[in-house]
Amino acid sequence: MAGAIHATGLVKTFGEVRAVDGVDLDVPEGGVLGLLGPNGAGKTTTVRLLTTLLRPDAGTASVAGHDVLRQPDRVRLSIGLSGQFAAVDDRLTGRENLRMIGELYGLGSRAARQRADELLARFGLDAAADRVSSTYSGGMRRRLDLAGALVLHPPVLFLDEPSVGLDPTSRLMLWDAIEGLVAQGMTLLLTTQYLEEADRLARDIAVVDHGRIIARGTPRDMKTQAGGQRIELVVAWPEQLEPAVALLDRFGTRKPEADRPRSTVSVPVDGGVRLLTEVIAALDASGIEITDIGLRRPTLDEVFLALTEERQPEPVGTAAATDSPWEKTS
Amino acid sequence: MTVPAAAPVPTLKPGSAAKALRDVLVITRRNLTRTIRIPEVIVLALVQPVVFVLLFAYIFAGSFSLPGAEGASAYREYMMPGFFAQTIAFATASNSSVSMANDVHSGMTDRFRSLPMARGALLTGRTLADMVQNSVVMVVMVLCALMVGWRIHHGVLRAAAAFALLLLMGYALSWVGVVIGLTVRAPEAAASSNFLWLFPLTFLSNAFVAPSTLPTVLRWAAEWNPLSATVQAVRELFGNPGVVDGGPWPTQHPVLVSLTWSIVIAVTARALAGRRYRAAGA
Ligand SMILES: Nc1ncnc2c1ncn2[C@@H]1O[C@H](COP(=O)(O)OP(=O)(O)O)[C@@H](O)[C@H]1O
Ligand SMILES: [Mg+2]
Repeated sequence: MAGAIHATGLVKTFGEVRAVDGVDLDVPEGGVLGLLGPNGAGKTTTVRLLTTLLRPDAGTASVAGHDVLRQPDRVRLSIGLSGQFAAVDDRLTGRENLRMIGELYGLGSRAARQRADELLARFGLDAAADRVSSTYSGGMRRRLDLAGALVLHPPVLFLDEPSVGLDPTSRLMLWDAIEGLVAQGMTLLLTTQYLEEADRLARDIAVVDHGRIIARGTPRDMKTQAGGQRIELVVAWPEQLEPAVALLDRFGTRKPEADRPRSTVSVPVDGGVRLLTEVIAALDASGIEITDIGLRRPTLDEVFLALTEERQPEPVGTAAATDSPWEKTS
Repeated sequence: MTVPAAAPVPTLKPGSAAKALRDVLVITRRNLTRTIRIPEVIVLALVQPVVFVLLFAYIFAGSFSLPGAEGASAYREYMMPGFFAQTIAFATASNSSVSMANDVHSGMTDRFRSLPMARGALLTGRTLADMVQNSVVMVVMVLCALMVGWRIHHGVLRAAAAFALLLLMGYALSWVGVVIGLTVRAPEAAASSNFLWLFPLTFLSNAFVAPSTLPTVLRWAAEWNPLSATVQAVRELFGNPGVVDGGPWPTQHPVLVSLTWSIVIAVTARALAGRRYRAAGA
């Protein structure tokens, strides 16, 4: 119970926008839930509701056994939050930032200073500890922000798009840190737009769209739903796109998708590398020249597409044409 | 990588008075540290009033004449309380509203709201930091005033009361700035919105001209202006020229009017600010 998150029927509207529209969540103690969804899906709003920053219009939620509405200070003592944009004071040094947070948690000056030193060392910030944080790189700011969330080593941690804007190295370092915390038994709710991130960090995924959870499952479930592996190829000549689509149709488990501007065709398959060689042979035989071909896992937009297609059948073309913030993970 | 799980345990309980006091002090210190990190801001904020004082004292003072106080040196003593009040008003407003809007905009308020902090500590810490900054501004202005020939004539106690009135007015305006900072959508808007109310507040007053020289409606506004009351009270307490017998009621009871205005403004703005801050989570 100490580390669990429960929410029932959470609703939050901003004027006309139903940012969160009846969300139910259950994360057991020590569990890791990834909220996956595009920009504007309602991920941040959900996090803000659970971390006492917003009052829900309807629904109830408890974090670490405390009701978010009736015992907000209890909740605040039990959580760490690292928001979508690193909230560090840019004119304070890293050390001052952490000391201030410790003091605002109610630690004595000495305890706050000690904890700050400890965290700075753990997050590799000791060399920069006495520089104002406006001189920090994006990765350093993120780490400082995360360190701020860990001052009390809370049983529950909320991370809103933790790796947004990070270079690959910083991202890997951050993931490493997060995995360490989870291994220590911290309950984690993280939001992300990247399937790869959810895959790496979360044991369970809830896909959010328009304020609703449209699918739940493990990362593996999600990929299976999106058709597992895919073969993707790039044709050398645009006029060979149609023949390539027709050819891939014979091998795929679903209809191939063509991306005309990129001269790319992709199709979900069920046969791995063996099938890939067959496809290459078939392409050769029919004289279709390709510049690239490969086997890859579905990207998040494909997962998402597969999920939204199931809910409301709609032509692939239009769904794909909505402004897609998804990042390709291939 | 592992993070030491042996986390410290808070010694101050949320909701206790000791915790509330500590929160206010921590935030005040944080705001002052921010100011010290960019001293240019406060230095530049002081350059303009100092330049104005010198301009008025040595260039314009000769051409202004006051009813009942003739001569350039009399005008210099007359204008200084006006500059004190105007400088405090501008320094406070540009500080509190922009800093507050910055905190909202940069996500710092979310960080603070996710901590078990006393309600209102963030806002009170803002206004207390402004008060400290205003005291520094006051010292510089007084030194500058002494240089151009301004003097305290009625003793230390009354002078202390005058400075207290000025700082209290600054404190009240700081709360107005907090409301603005919590209302606008961007720090830039906070910066420009200040001119909307600060110019009328400072210029439609008795700071530099006698209201009796203004058209009726403007005169009435200038007489009841909270800044005028403070300026008038300060003139009286310092023993500077510009205190006239007779005239409208607020001019006759400036200390009372100034005190009342400051308290009413501070209390009202504080309530509004508290509501705005909470509404951010509604
Ligand atoms: N404070 C707010 N005022 C008005 N609309 C908001 C506010 N916060 C979020 N929204 C709207 O609510 C929806 C969900 O936003 P958000 O929770 O930030 O999504 P996500 O984090 O998944 O990108 C969006 O349409 C957004 O524009
Ligand atoms: Mg978001």
